[in-house]
Amino acid sequence: MSEHTLDARRLLCPMPVIRTQNKVNELSDGDTLIVTCTDPGVINDIPAWCRINGHEIISTDEHNDEIIITIKVAH
Amino acid sequence: MSKQYKAAALISGGLDSLLAAKVMLEQGIHVEGINFFTGFCVEGHTAAIRKKQQDKPKRNNALWSAEQLGIKLHIVDIVEEYKDVLINPKHGYGANMNPCLDCKIFMVKKAKQWIEDNDFDFIITGEVMGQRPMSQRKEVMPVVADESGADDLLLRPLCAKNLPKTKPEIEGWVDREKLLAFHGRNRKPQMALAKEFGFEDYASPAGGCCFLTDENYATKLVDLWQARSTRDYEMDDIMLLKVGRHLRPKPYFKLIVGREEGENKFMQGYTKLYANIKTVSHAGPLTLIDGPADKADLEYAAQIVARYSQGKNEEAVTLQISRVNEDPYEVTVKPLSADEVKQEWYV
Repeated sequence: MSEHTLDARRLLCPMPVIRTQNKVNELSDGDTLIVTCTDPGVINDIPAWCRINGHEIISTDEHNDEIIITIKVAH
Repeated sequence: MSKQYKAAALISGGLDSLLAAKVMLEQGIHVEGINFFTGFCVEGHTAAIRKKQQDKPKRNNALWSAEQLGIKLHIVDIVEEYKDVLINPKHGYGANMNPCLDCKIFMVKKAKQWIEDNDFDFIITGEVMGQRPMSQRKEVMPVVADESGADDLLLRPLCAKNLPKTKPEIEGWVDREKLLAFHGRNRKPQMALAKEFGFEDYASPAGGCCFLTDENYATKLVDLWQARSTRDYEMDDIMLLKVGRHLRPKPYFKLIVGREEGENKFMQGYTKLYANIKTVSHAGPLTLIDGPADKADLEYAAQIVARYSQGKNEEAVTLQISRVNEDPYEVTVKPLSADEVKQEWYV
């Protein structure tokens, strides 16, 4: 199990979701992915994508116009 | 135990694709959704950019549909490949710059590849015969199946009974009798079926999902191609066509003037890539300059920007001009009058 990061700043939905999806597909069960975004749309979209695909949202934080979402991968 | 057949559903986020997938689920088919992102999808973008629309829910309707259906959704980035569809459509454009038929063929072709790669059995779409003037006419529905290469593996559950049998029907993977015979532009049958399935709060029926069907957007895209003498674009170009006022005072450059705080904030992310102008002495918009404007052009552009500032009626407004990879500098100019901002500059 390892921790990974993804910079999805400046991207508008659905691009942050697509990048998250593609990155998660490279990871293993139990890995953690920390995604940093600026589009507020991700607050709904990334959790929705995770629910559909069975991954777990560990946390969602907003700081200085950035949204940081931590995902636990479940394959 | 009999085999559970698997269908890939093209999910746009609209009602028809939601219903088509549900009809298949009701028949015990394993369904997974595919949503293609062309760069021109309306989903979320403008709502995410414009502050005044932030009271609207920022929901991605394709994800919402998949969640309602309880299916997986695969979002596929086809931005680069889609350029050829848009620039060279074999079947031409619709009312604006929308190559709907070529787009549908392309997406079904991609879905065909996807089912082969993922060991699925067939493809479904939410198409309804006669619903859309370009891509869903009776005579073009076989064209989509043929030119995409999907042939009889393409099933349209909402209007299947109006069409020849497909392989899933012939082989008994699905029960044709339980498929539908919707046709035409009347949306009441879909709404009734949505009610029967318990779907509420679905995306607006017949709502456009592509910026290329929007006249204003299409005009800006054509203007971009004309100014650059080439029919090409990058992702940043098509994003910026969605924001701001676009004014082209000279053929080789245009101004993109932020209309409100949300757009200014979004455009701020492009200030390292584009020359830009900010007001200093008065409140005003952020403006990006697209095209090879020289120093005199930028001062003229500053006069235009000043027109959109709080100092528009003043004798002098100070602005900061920043060119890419150069130090910013300030200029003080007299704002253009309302009459001097020509109507024909507006793209």
